[in-house]
Parts: sequence; C-alpha cells; structure tokens
Amino acid sequence: MPVENPRILTKNYATPESWTLAAYEKGGGYQALRKALEMTPQQLVDEVKAANLRGRGGAGFPAGLKWSFLKPNPEKPNYIAVNADEGEPGTFKDRTLMELDPHRCIEGFIISALALNVHHVYCYVRGELVLSIRRLEQAVREARAKGYLGEKVLGRDHPLDIIIHAGAGAYICGEETSLLNSLEGLRGEPRLKPPFPAIVGAFGAPTIVNNLETLATIPTIVEMGGENFSKLSRLHHMKDGGVRLYGVSGPVKTPGVYEAPVGITLNELIHDLGGGMRDGLKIKAVVPGGSSTPVLRPGDKVHAPDPKDPLHAWHGKDHLDVPMGVDTMRGLGTMLGTCCAIVVDDQTSMVRVAENLMLFYAHESCGQCTPCREGCAWMARLCRKFAAGTATAEDLDTLGDVANNIMGNTICALGDGAAMPMLGILKLFRHEFEAAIGKKPPHIGERAA
Amino acid sequence: MAFELSPERLALFEELLPRYPTAQALTIPLLHICQEQNGYITPEIVAFVAKRLGLSTADVQGVVTFYTLFQQKPTGRNVVWVCRTLSCELMGARSIQHHLEETLGIHAGETTEDGEFTLLTAECLAACGQGPMIQLNDEYHENLTPEGVDKLIAAARLKKDARCKATHGPIGIRSRASK
Ligand SMILES: Cc1cc2nc3c(=O)[nH]c(=O)nc-3n(C[C@H](O)[C@H](O)[C@H](O)COP(=O)(O)O)c2cc1C
Ligand code: SF4
Ligand code: FES
Repeated sequence: MPVENPRILTKNYATPESWTLAAYEKGGGYQALRKALEMTPQQLVDEVKAANLRGRGGAGFPAGLKWSFLKPNPEKPNYIAVNADEGEPGTFKDRTLMELDPHRCIEGFIISALALNVHHVYCYVRGELVLSIRRLEQAVREARAKGYLGEKVLGRDHPLDIIIHAGAGAYICGEETSLLNSLEGLRGEPRLKPPFPAIVGAFGAPTIVNNLETLATIPTIVEMGGENFSKLSRLHHMKDGGVRLYGVSGPVKTPGVYEAPVGITLNELIHDLGGGMRDGLKIKAVVPGGSSTPVLRPGDKVHAPDPKDPLHAWHGKDHLDVPMGVDTMRGLGTMLGTCCAIVVDDQTSMVRVAENLMLFYAHESCGQCTPCREGCAWMARLCRKFAAGTATAEDLDTLGDVANNIMGNTICALGDGAAMPMLGILKLFRHEFEAAIGKKPPHIGERAA
Repeated sequence: MAFELSPERLALFEELLPRYPTAQALTIPLLHICQEQNGYITPEIVAFVAKRLGLSTADVQGVVTFYTLFQQKPTGRNVVWVCRTLSCELMGARSIQHHLEETLGIHAGETTEDGEFTLLTAECLAACGQGPMIQLNDEYHENLTPEGVDKLIAAARLKKDARCKATHGPIGIRSRASK
C-alpha cells in the first residue's frame, strides 16, 4: 500500500512566508478557533478523547485522558506548559512546526486554553532554536493585534496570554517536571512524581504539559471532529489516532520530516519517504524514535502466535514491517518515542554508535540520582574503552550490569532512557563488542565502502 | 563596576515581568537579555539579576552553571557550535569538526588568538535530517561540506556587526509535494 499523503499538519509548509498570519488565514487558519468558541470545554475535551490523540513528546500518553486529570485548585489558576524543548537526539519535527507554521501552534494553544480554562500558556522552547522563538513571538504579536488573544479571545471574555519562554541549553529540561522547575527560574532538576503536574505543576498550580506537536494537532481535531481525525490512522482500532510528523535521518537518500498517518512501518518510512539507503549501503539497525528507544534490526521476525497478543496480526513479519504505533512498538520491546528514526548502515560500528549515545547521556544527566549520574558516566567510559580497542571481556559484563542497575532506580526517565538503548544494543550486537576486544572499530563515517 | 542594562533591554524585561506569577521565573529570560548585551555572564550580572528579582546570588549562580547556553567567560566574536550527536556523526560530523579545528587552528572548547572564533561541540540541535550541521551564532547551517564551512568562516570574518541575527533562509524541510 502506498503511503497516504494527508498534508494536514504540513499543509502550509510550502506556502511562501507560511509563518505569517496572512498566509495562515488564507489557508483557513483560525477557523477552528471560531468553531471551538461555540463548543463547551467539556465538548472540546471529548473531541480530543475521540481523536485518540497520543502525546507526541515520546511517552504516547492519551492527550484527552491527561486533560481530564486536570484538577482545578480554588486558590490557583490552571496553566498549560507547552513542551517545545526538542532535544531527543534524532528528533527534529517540532522545529518545523514552529518555523514554518507557528500560527497553527498558537491556534492550538488558544483552543486548548479554552478547553482547560487557562489564561496563561507558557511555551518552553529550546534556547538554541532562535528562529523558532522569533517566529512564535511574531505569531503571538500578530494574533494579539488581531484579537485572537489578549483581553479577549475573539470577543469572548477570556483573557489569554501566551508567553514564549526560551530555555538555556539542557536536554533534561524536556522532561516535564524539569521543564516546570526551569520555567520557575530554578535549575532544571526533575521533581519526584507524584504529585503529577495536572495536580501540582507550574508555580504550584494545576498544569497540563503537552508536546508542541500534540497541541498543534488540536485545530485539525476541532475542524474535522475527533473521530474522523482518529480514522486517518492505520491504528485507529488500537486507539492510536490520526496523522503525525515522522522524521528520518542517517544515510538515506531523502532524510527529512514527513507527515503520514499513524501506523506506517519503518520500512515505509525509510524507503518510501526517506528514499532508501544511499550509496548502496544496507540497513544494519534502526533507532525507531529518538536515541532513548532501543534499536531494531532488519531480519528479526515478530513472534506472536497467541491470538490475544496485540502483535498477533503481524506474526512472522519483519520488525521493520510492523506499523509504528505506541503499543505495537512497545510489543517489539522498544518504544515509538518521538517517531523520528535514525538509520544506521551496515558499514557503521555499533560500538561507535553506543559510544556516541552514551557520551550524550553522560553529558546530559542532571546528577541528582547516583545510579544515573555515575551509571551514565560509567557506560560512556566503558564504551570509550571498547571504541579504543582496550576493553576486556570483563568490561562487557560490567557494561550490562551498570545499565541494569540504572533501570528503575532513578527520579526521572533519563536514566532508563540511557540504559535501555545500551541494553538493546548489547542484546542485538554483543558480537560487535566481543570483536572490539583488542581491536579498535572504525570511526563512524569512515565507511569501508 | 555595577552592571546596568540598556534602556531598551530594561524595557523588554519590564514588559515580561507581569506575565509571570513570580519574579524568580524571570531568571532565565533576564540572564538571556544580559548575556545578549554583554556577551557572557559576569559576577556583576549575577548580582544585578539577583537584586532585580529579589533572589540570592547563589540562586542565580546555580542557574547560570546549570545551563550550557550561559557563557561564564568571554567567547570569540563568533561562536561555532558543531553538532556531534549520532545523526550528524553518521553523515560526517567528525570530518566537519576536524576541518574546523584545522582551519581555525584550535580545538573544540578553545578560542582563536585573534578573538574571532570560539569552537564548541553541541549535542543534537534538532536538525538531524540535515546533518552535518553547525550553528554559527544564531544561525543554523545544514548539509555542510568542508568547502561550505570555508565559505561560512570567510563570510563571518568579514561581517563586523558581531552576533548576527537569524535569517529567514531555507531550513531544509522537505515537503513530499516538492519531491
Ligand atoms: C529526559 C527526557 C527528555 C524529554 N524531552 C522531551 C522533549 O524535548 N519534548 C517533549 O515534548 N517531551 C519530552 N519528554 C517527555 C515529557 O516528559 C512529557 O512526557 C511530554 O512533554 C508530555 O507531552 P505529550 O503527552 O503531549 O507527549 C522528555 C522526557 C524525558 C524523560
Ligand atoms: S534520572 Fe538522571 S537526569 Fe533524571 S533526575 Fe535522576 S540524575 Fe537527573
Ligand atoms: S544529531 Fe545533529 S542535529 Fe540532531
């Protein structure tokens, strides 16, 4: 089946000056807001539930359900904190929305604010993304001048401000509670949960934290209705609805960000959208959804003989031919994550891949929990040793032990996010580590080809 | 000497202040504004921010040291960040970094003697489909070759109005319609 080309989220991307209010309105922008103004907050939440919109930030939590957890506090306002900290290695999708369609983001924030009775939306944007920040700020100014926000929202008595808040360089601030601390002017150290942000979030007030793409999808859901949106997905029956942005990077012919229904396969992403491998290279491994998701390997087959197994429909199929959904990827022992895949070719050493990724986590651990702080640094040191050809067989066992000791023993998911891909690589490519004992593997990029 | 913000920048800060429920929330925004004026964060800036927001200098210093974008010593007139993370490395980021190190005669983490360039490595900058890439001051430059790097460095040397502003240039998003 050819990959559907819905062009909903990306419909304005190719429009000249697509980031201006004029261009957005010309393409039908802010009509969804008008429709939303005729709906009650409960109706809006219900549409988002019917849309089966799973959070686009990595964990895939149902957005409508999260919204229904918001617990108003009589002494405090409600807030929305938009997560636009895009920092998960391999992920570069939210940036396209902010740069090319900032008004879609703003319209999504406004509708969400109406649904959740919010008067201040804080959009936390990664500090490095200067162009994104400028475009969003410009969009807020234009929207305010046009009466879409400010004292009123299109005449409705609902004061609303949207604040574009630049971060300052720290991957951990993408973790939702770290983001809240950072927003409050603190070091970006994650908080213990519970309490969850929907009860005690920003400034001690109930707060919904959603990924930027999640909220940029809201106008479409209001426009076409939740159920119609959900049905665009190939996994509508698994309650994983709609369309979303995919990314593909690494040595494919046309890397980039693409829009497609939920549930296309990795092979479709790599070959149909990404154009296939360059220079006659073959796929060795795929990191399916950002660096924290364990790798998959072509040639591995689904084993799900039990009809009750959610993966049963794909029994016997290649892992790269399973639809990409929150639950299907979990079934494969990995995660959908951010839906931005990194393709690793057959000329690249997995020891070097592990080294590259573990250096990232060692650099980004916030240092609050010992297993994560020490463990990430230790995994990086051990990978370095394998990469230098100086590791021993004992080091290989230690590497697995260190990773296992991080799992489940930390405040936030960064620790697991480092340990899981490490364990995944060790499981599928242990032989490459064994071969690297006493023999330094080539650097990435020094392909034999 | 005590640090002072220019009137325009002070106005920017004062416009932001009422949009947050606490003054402390302005810590990062105000540090950004100060760094934009001064190029890096000095102890005087830390004291200024603390006083303005009613915080201790330890609070502010703790924030400064947590985040990589706050520079604590003078940088070169131009700052080059080269992404070293996986997607970019798969596309040749190492050779781009080596080329920069050779051209500028410094290692990552250092500043050229003439004060023109600081070279730093960065973790994934959300441009993974367009690697290898660098951030030169505020601007992203993607799908780089060594020759492309040479051109950028030469142009940056000539551009004397330091810390350039982001442009509205093409950003390498592929739309399937145009493929
Ligand atoms: C270490 C770490 C980094 C994260 N980085 C991001 C990020 O950059 N952007 C994002 O939207 N979510 C990120 N998340 C996920 C958030 O914690 C949170 O689940 C998400 O913002 C919820 O939004 P959603 O339900 O709309 O997906 C990160 C999580 C962890 C543990
Ligand atoms: S798991 Fe790591 S990043 Fe998360 S709070 Fe603990 S030390 Fe910090
Ligand atoms: S890996 Fe270089 S921008 Fe993402």
